[in-house]
Amino acid sequence: MNNSDISPAAPLKGAAAGPPAPRQFGQAAADARGRTAGPPRPEAPAASESASRRMPLFVVTAGRVLAQLRRDHRTVGLMLFVPSLLVGLFAWMFSSGVLFQRVGPIVVALFPFIFMFTVASIATLRERAGGTLERLMTTPIRRADILVGYALAFSLIAIVQTSLTVAFAIGVCGLEVEGPLVQLLAFSVVDAIAGTALGLLVSAFARTEFQAVQFLPVVVFPQILLGGVFMPREQMPAVLKAVSDYLPLSYAIEGVESAARGLGGWDLWRPFAIVAVFALAALALGSLTLARRTP
Amino acid sequence: MTEPTPPATRRPRRLQPPSAASAETPSPLCADPTRRGGAVLGLEPSPLWTDPTAAAPAAPAPIPAAAPAVSIRGLMVRRGRVQVFDGFDLDLAAGRLTGLLGPSGCGKSTLIRAIVGVQKIQGGVVNVLGRPAGDAALRHRVAYSAQADGVYLDLTVSDNIAYFARLARQGRAEVRRVIEAVGLAGQAKQVAGRLSGGQLRRVSLAIALLGGPDLLVLDEPTVGLDPVLRADLWELFGRLAQGGASLLVSSHVMDEAARCDDLVLMRNGRVVAQTTLAGLLLQTGQPDAERAFLELIRRDTAGNKS
Repeated sequence: MNNSDISPAAPLKGAAAGPPAPRQFGQAAADARGRTAGPPRPEAPAASESASRRMPLFVVTAGRVLAQLRRDHRTVGLMLFVPSLLVGLFAWMFSSGVLFQRVGPIVVALFPFIFMFTVASIATLRERAGGTLERLMTTPIRRADILVGYALAFSLIAIVQTSLTVAFAIGVCGLEVEGPLVQLLAFSVVDAIAGTALGLLVSAFARTEFQAVQFLPVVVFPQILLGGVFMPREQMPAVLKAVSDYLPLSYAIEGVESAARGLGGWDLWRPFAIVAVFALAALALGSLTLARRTP
Repeated sequence: MTEPTPPATRRPRRLQPPSAASAETPSPLCADPTRRGGAVLGLEPSPLWTDPTAAAPAAPAPIPAAAPAVSIRGLMVRRGRVQVFDGFDLDLAAGRLTGLLGPSGCGKSTLIRAIVGVQKIQGGVVNVLGRPAGDAALRHRVAYSAQADGVYLDLTVSDNIAYFARLARQGRAEVRRVIEAVGLAGQAKQVAGRLSGGQLRRVSLAIALLGGPDLLVLDEPTVGLDPVLRADLWELFGRLAQGGASLLVSSHVMDEAARCDDLVLMRNGRVVAQTTLAGLLLQTGQPDAERAFLELIRRDTAGNKS
């Protein structure tokens, strides 16, 4: 076996004199009970270590999700720059300018939702198929930690993604946003959480990554069609309008349009609240699909 | 191997050099009479070090009277259309290395999943360390390594282990310890997806070793490993059991029976025999575990027909 990296003789951090004592069996149980009696633990953890021990497990999990993505440069690149590319394409197509002012903000609303939906559904599917979810279920982590960890990680990505997209849309394509940009970012976060939650939820119904990807046309495309991108929802046939009233993306689009037009108050916060409630409900449902025991 | 080899006068239970005298003080847990000493893993000089008593196919030792580590009564499990267990009973002694042997498809993995509390069961009672299987209090004390490696392929070896260590509130020293224990120090910075199958098995095992669990449940941990590594890992398992941990290790390689304190031989969702290797050989009059098991199956089939 190869011990070239770490020799047992090398002094470990925190051990002042002599080799550090290895953990003893049964110490896990002692830790769990918070036992402090007995001899002092010679492997006194360094400051950063004790900090990581206190860190909530959903933060630890979000860090792990981000670390997984960090190695995947291509996915990160696609997530961060493709939205700007498409915004540029829209700007070019609608070079008259009027229509772009309407479509531009909508594109900003759609991307966090679509990207996070796709990435979250496949990531969760991998957790199920690769056995890591089963392993997690035997550790002290709670299901909420897993879900909130994913939501947190993808929200952070959404903030970066939206910042880049909005900067490109305003700076390069001449999009005019009248409201504060923070409102657009707030919507991108809540859209990302909704997309993540929905992706986690549908991944429970997919057995393969092929199936998971197919949920995109099933779950997301109708929402785009009915969400008011191609036709204002008020002009749709009554049945379709009624259906669109129950789709979260309708409100995501409505909210971003309000934010871009500088509307405040109810016009802004009602759609925000609806998308947020939807995201929480989907997370709660998603936690039910993360069963500790499987058949 | 550059590190010093242990002195010739080995102390089988305490592997610490005398300078670490403070660490010699028994922890409160070691006062527990069911424990055979708070032995130590990982930082002892050589992973190739052999404890003469660990691997010996010892004479049938009496099963300790202490409370069993695992106690199963009337377990019913159906997976899909297959009734895997229909009233299954089993007790596993604490502080021993138990081998779970049997042909593939006989229910080993389902039994293991039931013990760690991730298998949906239709009936019966599974108690682990005195609590219902899967109980929240057990999640610090029971470690599990499944047949699927359960490793994030897009993270490095040390990132994988560090993540599970944080979940168990363990520090970096513990991460280093388990990486050493499975001999992956040279691969710590490699992405898990680039490892060989045997290296991945060891990452999975290292995660299970985190925090020194009281019960280790390992589903085929030595599949895909070369003979030297297999021998090393079985020695490691033996040391863990000597240190007071209970282990249940499944395998379908019968030679590995020689490494276990106790054997549970399964077939078609039933326990065909629960014995020791010596007991098994005596009972069947066969020279090795493989032939003994075949003999047991022959008798079992004959018994079912009559």
